[in-house]
Amino acid sequence: MTIRGKAFIAGAFEHPGRELPDLSVSQIHAEVAAGALADAGLGFGDVDAYFCAGDAPGFGPLSMAEYLGLRCSYVDSTETGGSSYVVHAGHAAAIAEGKCQVALVTLAGKPRTGGAYPGAAGRMANAPESNFERWQGMPGAVGGYALAAQRHMYEFGTTSEQLAEIKVAASLHAQHNPDAFLRKAVTVEEVLDSPMVSSPLRRMDCCVVTDGGGAVVLVSPEVARDLPRRTAKVLGHGEAPKHTDNGRIDLTYSGAVWSGPRALDEAGVAVGDVDYASIYDSFTITVVETIEDLGFCAKGEGGRFVSDGALVAPYGKLPFNTDGGGLCNNHPANRGGMTKIIEAVRQLRGEAHPPVQVPDCEIALVHGTGGSLGTRMGSATLILGREDA
Amino acid sequence: MTTVAELPAFGPDPTPEDAPFWEAAAEDRLVLPRCRGCATFIWYPRSFCPQCHSPKGVEWVPASGRGTVYSFTVSHRGMGPYSEHAPYVVAYVELEEGPRVLTNIVGADLDTLGIGDPVTIVFQPAGQSKVPRFGPA
Repeated sequence: MTIRGKAFIAGAFEHPGRELPDLSVSQIHAEVAAGALADAGLGFGDVDAYFCAGDAPGFGPLSMAEYLGLRCSYVDSTETGGSSYVVHAGHAAAIAEGKCQVALVTLAGKPRTGGAYPGAAGRMANAPESNFERWQGMPGAVGGYALAAQRHMYEFGTTSEQLAEIKVAASLHAQHNPDAFLRKAVTVEEVLDSPMVSSPLRRMDCCVVTDGGGAVVLVSPEVARDLPRRTAKVLGHGEAPKHTDNGRIDLTYSGAVWSGPRALDEAGVAVGDVDYASIYDSFTITVVETIEDLGFCAKGEGGRFVSDGALVAPYGKLPFNTDGGGLCNNHPANRGGMTKIIEAVRQLRGEAHPPVQVPDCEIALVHGTGGSLGTRMGSATLILGREDA
Repeated sequence: MTTVAELPAFGPDPTPEDAPFWEAAAEDRLVLPRCRGCATFIWYPRSFCPQCHSPKGVEWVPASGRGTVYSFTVSHRGMGPYSEHAPYVVAYVELEEGPRVLTNIVGADLDTLGIGDPVTIVFQPAGQSKVPRFGPA
């Protein structure tokens, strides 16, 4: 069973809010669900499948299906951190199996105004490795990514200037997005002058912390046919958790080495066919390793690849994250996988902000990263095509 | 330069699978679980081999306490009990026996610390046991 051509993204909605002190997390889920369904030309009564992850309040789909008033024949609450929603889009292959017709995926959170997000810490408290990973003072997510960055620099000569180019490209895109949390274009020098957080990563190597959310609606070809809206065609999907490999951890590569080829194979496309890439950018180093592991360049060449404006839309070698990404636009619930799908759909529909719209965008790649980088990480890759791809 | 005594130390909550590790640590000894089938050192400790899944189980063997820095980060922003202790070093140390373990480097010059540097274990009291940190060899 392949998903290629069996499911279409008919609706996508990104919450415009970045600070939402007056909304509950459940309310934000409901607002993005309503937004994505309206975008598709559908209603809550059409939904027969629901997908959510660890950001969903309560008992996942059991709580949220009740809150949203959904009657489902299929649910999935796979939790792989920020990559979860890209996994969910792939699991909408259930549509191809005839289990459902209209699948809703939601993400929402308010880490900016609602205090620390308790999910990950709660889950890790009883992890089998917790006795060996909780007393070292790991400074949040940035520490794990910094360890990967340091090793990548050591093995391949990757530089802080190269990492900064990624933030610069994201900021050039964000200046066109009125909803972006950070809209000011920055220079390499400004990134290098920002305070060190966890060496070698500086403040501007880190994504923003914002409230917000997003949702997408996947539908069967039969449902898609009757909708007025342009859709994006799901062509391929791959997912792969990566772990510490019995203590022989290698921090220089990510699970994208497995999820990428699986997605591309299913889609029947090569990396050279990709017109636009949504690459999860929790930190700048995340983008370097992911681009290498997906095969856009050779291992170790990611730093050089991203230099000289390669990622800048619309005419760079690999236009990426044209909404400003997690580095500048938003990172709702501390999870960026959903917004990566949404911007890819905009590109394929020709609805990105005009200065960053990739001309004739036909094939888009979406990559989600969850957990840490190179260890206990979730990777998921999704290949989307234009409606007629 | 952070000394070992300056870092927060909160004790492990030993499980049946890792209790031998913490019992030895309390006596300043590093022991590692090794597979009785394929002789692979196992990390983090567990009662079976995730490499070969041998039914023979594992045995605990003394380790040298020597290793090299595989990667490290200088944290300038400690959280929780670490909020007053920055800058300090979080690192993966590759033990001579193979496993790469998450730990802290103490007593090192932060300006010259590098990947590949030789380090040796130091134990710091934490709760009913001690936690293994590493200093320059």
